[in-house]
Order: sequence, then C-alpha cells, then structure tokens
Amino acid sequence: MTLPKYQKVIFYLLLTVSAVVIFAPAVIAFSMSFMPNQDIMSGRIIPTTFTLDNYVAVFDRFPLFNFLLNSLIVSVVIMIGQLVLSSLAAYAFVFLEFKGRDILFFVFIATMMVPFEASIIPNFQTIRDMGWINTYTGLTLPFFAMAFGTFLLRQSFKQIPKELKEASEIAGIGDLKFYLTVVLPMAKTSLVTLGVYGFLTSWNMYLWPLLATTDDTTRTVQIGLRQLQSQEQLNEWGVIMAGAIIVVLPTLILLFLGQKKLQKGLAEGALK
Amino acid sequence: MYHVEMKDLEKSYDNQKNVLNGIDLAIEDGEFFVLVGPSGSGKSTLLRMIAGLEEITGGILKINDKVVNHLRPKDRDLSMVFQNYALYPHLTVEQNILFGLNAKKVNKKEQQKRLNETAEMMGLSELLKRKPKQLSGGQRQRVALARAVVSHAPLCLMDEPLSNLDAKLRAHMRMEIRRLQKKLGLTMTMGDRIMVLDDGKIQQVGDPITLYNEPANLFVASFIGSPRINLGQAVIKDHQLVIEESIHIPITTSDIGNIIQKNNLTIGIRAEHIFHGDEDSKTHELEVISVEHLGNETLLTFEIGKELWTAKWLGQWRVQVGDKVPVNISVENMSFYDTKTTELIKPATSVVKEQEVVAI
Repeated sequence: MTLPKYQKVIFYLLLTVSAVVIFAPAVIAFSMSFMPNQDIMSGRIIPTTFTLDNYVAVFDRFPLFNFLLNSLIVSVVIMIGQLVLSSLAAYAFVFLEFKGRDILFFVFIATMMVPFEASIIPNFQTIRDMGWINTYTGLTLPFFAMAFGTFLLRQSFKQIPKELKEASEIAGIGDLKFYLTVVLPMAKTSLVTLGVYGFLTSWNMYLWPLLATTDDTTRTVQIGLRQLQSQEQLNEWGVIMAGAIIVVLPTLILLFLGQKKLQKGLAEGALK
Repeated sequence: MYHVEMKDLEKSYDNQKNVLNGIDLAIEDGEFFVLVGPSGSGKSTLLRMIAGLEEITGGILKINDKVVNHLRPKDRDLSMVFQNYALYPHLTVEQNILFGLNAKKVNKKEQQKRLNETAEMMGLSELLKRKPKQLSGGQRQRVALARAVVSHAPLCLMDEPLSNLDAKLRAHMRMEIRRLQKKLGLTMTMGDRIMVLDDGKIQQVGDPITLYNEPANLFVASFIGSPRINLGQAVIKDHQLVIEESIHIPITTSDIGNIIQKNNLTIGIRAEHIFHGDEDSKTHELEVISVEHLGNETLLTFEIGKELWTAKWLGQWRVQVGDKVPVNISVENMSFYDTKTTELIKPATSVVKEQEVVAI
C-alpha cells in the first residue's frame, strides 16, 4: 500500500502520540524505580542520580522472591491444566460424533458470557469447604476449564482434514494415539498461543489470589505488590515501582519470545 | 471364492431418500474392480461403506464370507487410499508409511523389511526422510499407495486416486497401479471389471469392452467412451429407419432382427462408426459445423435434427466448417434402445462380429 506523503506523516504522528500516551506510565515507572526518594517527591521524570537501592530494598524487605515463585507455580499449573482440558474437549467436539454435539458446544461457548466475577462467590465457597484456602490447588483448579481455549483449539483442530482421522481408523489407530501423535503436533501453533495467553492471564490475576490466600505461603506476586504499598506508612514509590518492574519482566520476556506465534495463532481461527 | 460380497446394500443419510439402492455385487479375489459414475452417484459412499467409515443402512456386506456390517474399519483388514492422499504433514515419508504398522503390532524388524521392499517398489527410497510438503503430486500419490501396500491388507480401496494429478501423470500412475497389482496379486487370472453407478443404482457391471460395445442402457452408452456416443430418436416407417426426422436409412428384416417395436426408438452409434464415404459407399451428405484436429485423428461435428453428432476419422482431413462431406452410416453399427425405459433392445451387430474375429 502506498500512501501520499502527507497522509503518511499524519498517520505516523498519530501513532507516535498514542504510543507515547499509552506507554508513558510504564516509562515513568521504569525511570522512577531508579530514582532516590527526593527526586520522586519533587516530581521529576528523569532521575538526577541513578541508583539501584530500590531494587535491593524490595528484595530485602519483602519475600518478593517467594511471591515470584508462587506466581510461577500457579501460572504454569493453570497453563498446563488449561492446555490439557481444552485440547481434550476440543478433540471431542471435532473428532468424536455424538448426539447433540453442536448444541453442547454452543452451551459451552455461552459460558464465556458469564464473567468470572459472577461465579467468584460460589467458587470461593467450594474452595473454602474443600479446605483449599492457601493451597495451590485452590488457586489453580477453578481456572482449568476454559471455554475460550476450547473454542480456539476447536477452530484449529477443524483445519485438520477428516481423512487423516479416517486413515488412522482404518490403520487401527485409536483416539488417544491419534490425539497425541497427529492432532497435537499439527496444532502446535495454537497450543503455544493458548499457553502464552493462559500463562499471562494467570500471572496478572489479582482478585482470585486475594480471596483464596490469607497468608504469605502461597500468595502470588500481584498481591505482594499491593502489600508493598499498604504496609508502608510513608509510601516509598521507588520501591514499589522497582517491584512492579520486576513483576512485569517475565510477561515482557514471554511476549517478546512468543509474539510471532501468538499473532499467528490468534489470527488462525479468525480467518477462513 | 468371493472376497467382497454385497447383498441389497442400501444407504440413506436422512432415513427418507436412499443414496444407494439395492447394490448386489460380488468381487472376487485378485480382481481389479473399478467403480465409475457421475459425481453424486454414490461411488465414494459405497467405498466408504465397504471401508466401514459410513454406516450401512440396509442389506448385508460380507468380506471373506464374514458379515462385517458392524465391524470397525480396523477389523476389516483392508487399506484405503484417499482422494487427497491423507498424508500426515508433520511426519516424514518413512513415518507416514510406517504409521499404521505400529498399531498393528508388527515388530520393528518386519517393519523395516516391509518399508525397504515397499519403498523400492514405489521408487521412494531416496525420499524417505522428506516431509510430504517437499514432494510433488505424483510422489505424494506414491507415498499414499505405499502406505496401503505396506499394510499387506488383502483388500485395497482407492477413492479417485488419480483425480488430483495432471493428465500425463494420471496415465503414468494408472499404469503403475496396474503393475503394482500384478506384483502383489499372486494369481492374476482375473480381468478387470467396471461397474457403472448412477443415482445410487447399478447400471451395468462388466468388462470394459462389453461396456463399450454393448451398453445396457442409454446412461451407460453416453457415459462410457469419448467422444460421447451419438444418439438420435428414430422410428421405423415404410422399410426405412428415420433418425431425428432427417436421416433415412433403408432397412431389411435381417438388419433389424428381433426389433418389433417401431416407435420410440433411440439409436446409438459410436463416433468411429460414422465413416467417410467415397463414391460407392456414401450413404449421406452432411454439413460440417465444427472440426477438431487431434493429431492423427479428426473430429467432425454434424447437426442431425436437434442432436449434435460427432464422427472420428483416422488421419488428417482438411475439411472446412460449412463443407458438405459424404459419410457412410449403416444400421449394423447402431445399437437400439427403448426411449421410454432407456434399456437396450439390440446391440450393434458389427461389433459382435468383430469380437468373434478377435476370438478366433
């Protein structure tokens, strides 16, 4: 596509302005994390003196490392759980024929319209009654079943020609083996996409860990971050920002690594 | 012994209209059996019913004298080649060929032996480490065939195995498949048979020559052979056969034999039986409306009443559109059909004679 020069200039100007507006909080947080407290209080954006004290402080005063580990465990477990359950469900919706399959799928999809907040109270009661408060089970289990993941993988599985399934049937290959050796490798892109998506969503989760944990043993990093702020009498913004930057890091790394696959995977179901 | 036997086989998808109706058929061991018919005639459905991929609505299907109506595909001991080959894109040629053998609990040594044999036979030895994406159409086709061969199943079903290939490759692969069958089939006394299917019903079963020379009804006549057989409405009047109210041919009782019917006849004559007529032998003069040169053959099209007739003449004929050319059309080359039932009344007498000559 070729644009006239003046249009190009306007486009890029608008893009730059929006990029600056959107990115500003992150940039300011990043620069604040390197500032001593005086600089922050005087409202500077560019630090006069560069210091790493905030980073040292955040690891010193809080069990941040513990929080990070908890977050990692919770996110990975949720990711794996979602991948396994979603792909199995999607397999059933695509390759197994049973009465009412399509209706069941639409009911399944309809649950996407129920926001998580609406089911949070019954979920909490279940977890509490099972005695799973402050456990990884309680933190992860409610997120395993995922309508969106099933939908995404169903779209991707549908691209696999039906003849492949029929050829395996004739060769005597069962459903489980077909699922493991043909379907999963062929839908790799979508699985990676869903994995990254699931990991990021659970990493950024706030409300549920807040409810399902009462002490620091299984608390995730997002709750820890919140504690940074409230437990201090005088808010040390530099320390908080340093914590936030550390928390954001894994997300960024994952995004940079998986960006190409993520785009490819998300677009896969959209077209055709 | 019959290998595959069908008795009054039926298929319907909605319990109302049958896609296949009363299929009675027996296919023998070592036979090369071909199903033809226009699209939507039920060829694939029948094949998939034999394979066990489609449920059988009615009738009995036997393989090796055993009723297999409700057997799962893997228990029917057969292999199948799909129209789009159904190769696993993430596996190499080798893995593709061996994929089914693991499930059949064939041991590793036997697997390797069969792989080498098959790859050798199909000319795939060099390509074993490649992915299907890196192969040409003909090579993919060979991998699909190899997968069927390596299973050592006594029955191999192929669903339009050549339709994805270009004309040249198609002719080549057809030969390869025949050669392969010869290599695999131990006793090859059986000839080919063709079954013509239309609208879910068997139209005719027989060897290719019979189908071409004595088509049992108008559908088979027009479906088999290229260019299409020339058809025309005809009546017998005053010792004359009148075709499409434009061609008159005098006939005697010896010509028409047992044809009692005088009206509602349809005659069929193959393009190669409309000869060029010289001074003595010409029976009619017809105006050419189209000429097609096929190297050593020339196709001429005439307008006979409402019908377009084609003549195939050997050699290169410099004929212009609009020319009147002398032709020789004789009754002995015509087969007669009942227009209403479309059934054959009397096949062309000349081909019967020719066949006898061949037999001697």
